[in-house]
Amino acid sequence: MTTPIYEARDISRSYGSVRALEGANFDVYPGEISALIGDNGAGKSTLVRILSGAEQPNGGQILFNGEPIQLETPTDARSRGIETVFQDLALANHLDPIQNMYLGRELMKPGVMGALGFMQRSAMKNEGKRAFSELGATVRNFSGPVGGMSGGQRQAIAVARAAAWASEVIFLDEPTAALGVVQTKGVMDLIRRIRDKGIAVVLISHSMPHVLDVADRVHVLRHGKRVAVMEAKHTNVEELVGAMTGALDGKEAA
Amino acid sequence: MSLETEDAVKLRDTEDSVIRQPFTSRLGDAIKSQAMQIVLVWLAIVVIFSVLSPDAFLSVSNFRNIAISVSILAILGVGTTFIIVTGGIDLSMGSVLVFSGVVASMVMENVGTGQGWGVAILGIVAALASGLAWGLLNGFLVAKAKVPPMIVTLGTFGAALGLSQVLTGGIDLRASPDVLVDTVGFGSLFGVPSLVIIATTVVIIGIVLLNHTRFGLRTSAVGSNAEACRRVGINVDRQLIKVYAFAGLLAGLAGVLNLSFFRSTTIAGHSLTNLDVIAGVVIGGTSLFGGIGTVFGTLVGLFIPATLRNGFVILGVEPYWQQVVVGAFLVGAVYVDQTRRAANSRGTTKTSLYSRIFHRNRNTNRRES
Repeated sequence: MTTPIYEARDISRSYGSVRALEGANFDVYPGEISALIGDNGAGKSTLVRILSGAEQPNGGQILFNGEPIQLETPTDARSRGIETVFQDLALANHLDPIQNMYLGRELMKPGVMGALGFMQRSAMKNEGKRAFSELGATVRNFSGPVGGMSGGQRQAIAVARAAAWASEVIFLDEPTAALGVVQTKGVMDLIRRIRDKGIAVVLISHSMPHVLDVADRVHVLRHGKRVAVMEAKHTNVEELVGAMTGALDGKEAA
Repeated sequence: MSLETEDAVKLRDTEDSVIRQPFTSRLGDAIKSQAMQIVLVWLAIVVIFSVLSPDAFLSVSNFRNIAISVSILAILGVGTTFIIVTGGIDLSMGSVLVFSGVVASMVMENVGTGQGWGVAILGIVAALASGLAWGLLNGFLVAKAKVPPMIVTLGTFGAALGLSQVLTGGIDLRASPDVLVDTVGFGSLFGVPSLVIIATTVVIIGIVLLNHTRFGLRTSAVGSNAEACRRVGINVDRQLIKVYAFAGLLAGLAGVLNLSFFRSTTIAGHSLTNLDVIAGVVIGGTSLFGGIGTVFGTLVGLFIPATLRNGFVILGVEPYWQQVVVGAFLVGAVYVDQTRRAANSRGTTKTSLYSRIFHRNRNTNRRES
C-alpha cells in the first residue's frame, strides 16, 4: 500500500464560467473500497468522468501506478483495467446478459471463421456464466433480454460486467440509488467481493450509512476540491455531513 | 455464494417469481414465438385458400409463382431488416434497385452487344457498385450528418429514381444479356427457379449474419442502446454505415435480378416497393424501434401479402382487397409489438386494448424501454 494504483492530482475542469473542479485530489489503493461523497454540484460526477476517460481535465495530473497518463477516450481507461458503471448502467436492453458482458469485446473464432465475424458463442457463454457466479451475481436467466429483468438484476449485471473486465480500478456511480433494501444489500456484497479480488473500488454515493458500511476510506468533495479523507471506521455520519456542507470548517475556525 | 440473502430468496419466491421470472421467460418466448405466430398465420392463409381452391392454389407450380414473386422483395427485406434493427428505416431501396438496373443496363449496352458472361458480369458488378454507393451515402448521412434516416432515405428515394430517369430519359432500357436472362431470370436448378435459389441464399446469409456474427450482434446492440455501445468502445457510426452499405449492396443485387427477370429496368414499377418491404419486415416481428428483429420473420412477413395476392387472383376476388387485408395485418403487427414493448418497460403483464382506450390516465405504455 505504498503507491496508489490510481491517483488524481490538482485536477481542474470548467464548463464555460462554471468551475466544476478546482484542484481536486483523489487516490485509491488496490483492494480498497474508497467512497466519494459530496453534495450536488461538488464535482463527483465530473471527477469520475475525467478518471474514466469520458472527459478531459483542463489541468492537473492523472497517475496510474505512479506513472502519469493521458486518457483520450474511455477505451484508454478500459485498456488499463479501469472500468466504470454509470448510473444509466449502459446495458443494451434487447440483448441477454452474456451478450452485454461481451459487447465490444466479443471472443472471435480463430482463423477464417473469425475473420468472417463468427463469435465463440459457447465459450463466451461459459466464461460469462463463470464470471457472474464468481462474483456471486445471481443471474437467473442468461438467455433473456436484460430489459425484462428487475432493477437489482440489471444493476448486478452491469456491475459484474465491469468487474469481469476491470483488473485494477472500478468506479460505481450511485449503484444503489434506484434499489430496494434487499437489492442494495446484494450490490454491497458484490462490491465487497470485487474488493476481495484485489481491485480498487470507487463508490460514488449519497447514502452515508451505505458508505460507512462498505467503504474503507471516504473522500469528501466540496466546491470542486477534496476537503477531507477519512477512515470509515473512525468517522460517523455527522462528521461526513459536516465536511460535505462545510459546517466543520466553521467549527474549527471558531 | 449468492448475491441474494435468504430474505431475497424468500422475497423472490413470493413476489419476484410471480412477476419477474415468468415475465422474463415469457418475453424471451414471445420474441421467439412471434416468428412462429406469423408462420401459423401464413399456414392458416394457405389452408383457407387450399380448401377454397384445391386444384389451382395447392400446386407446386403455383407455390413456385408465389416464391418467385417474393424473391426480389426478400433480398431487399434482408437489408431492410438490418436497418430497422438499428432503429433506422430505408425508403430508398426500390429506387436504388431501379438505379442499379439502369446503370447495369447502360454499362452492358456500352460494352457491346455481346450476350455472353463477360458482359453480364460487368453489368452485375456495375449494379452492385451502384447499390453499394447509394447505401454508403445513406449510411454516411445517417451516421455522420445525423439526419434522421427517414428523411435521408426519402431524399435518396427521390434522387435515385430521378437520376434513373435522367440517365434514361424516362424510357426503360432493355439491355440484358441472354445468359443473364436464361440463367438468372428464368433458369432453374432441379426445378427450383434461380431467383428463388439466390433469394434463399441471401436470406440464409442474413439469418447467419444477424444471429451468429459480431456484425449482427452489434447491429442489434446499436439499435438497442447506441450510447451503451459508444461506452464500450464500439464505433457506432461505422456500424451504421456498414449496415446501410450492406442494404444498398443487396438492393443492387435485387436490381440485377429485376433486370434479368423483367428484361427491363422497370423505372415506374418500384415506387411502392419500399412500403411492401417495410410492411413485410414489420409483419415479421421486427420492431420499428430497433433492437429486435429476425430475417426469417421478414421472409414470412413478405410471404403473407404475396400469398394473399395470389390466392385472391385465383379465387377471382378483386385484388384490391389484398391491400385492405395487408394494411390490417401491418397495423395488427405493430400493435402486438407496441403491447410487448409497453409490457416490457412496465415489467408487468399486458394491459388490454380496452383499458388503454378507455382509461386514458393510465397511459404509461408510452414510456421507452
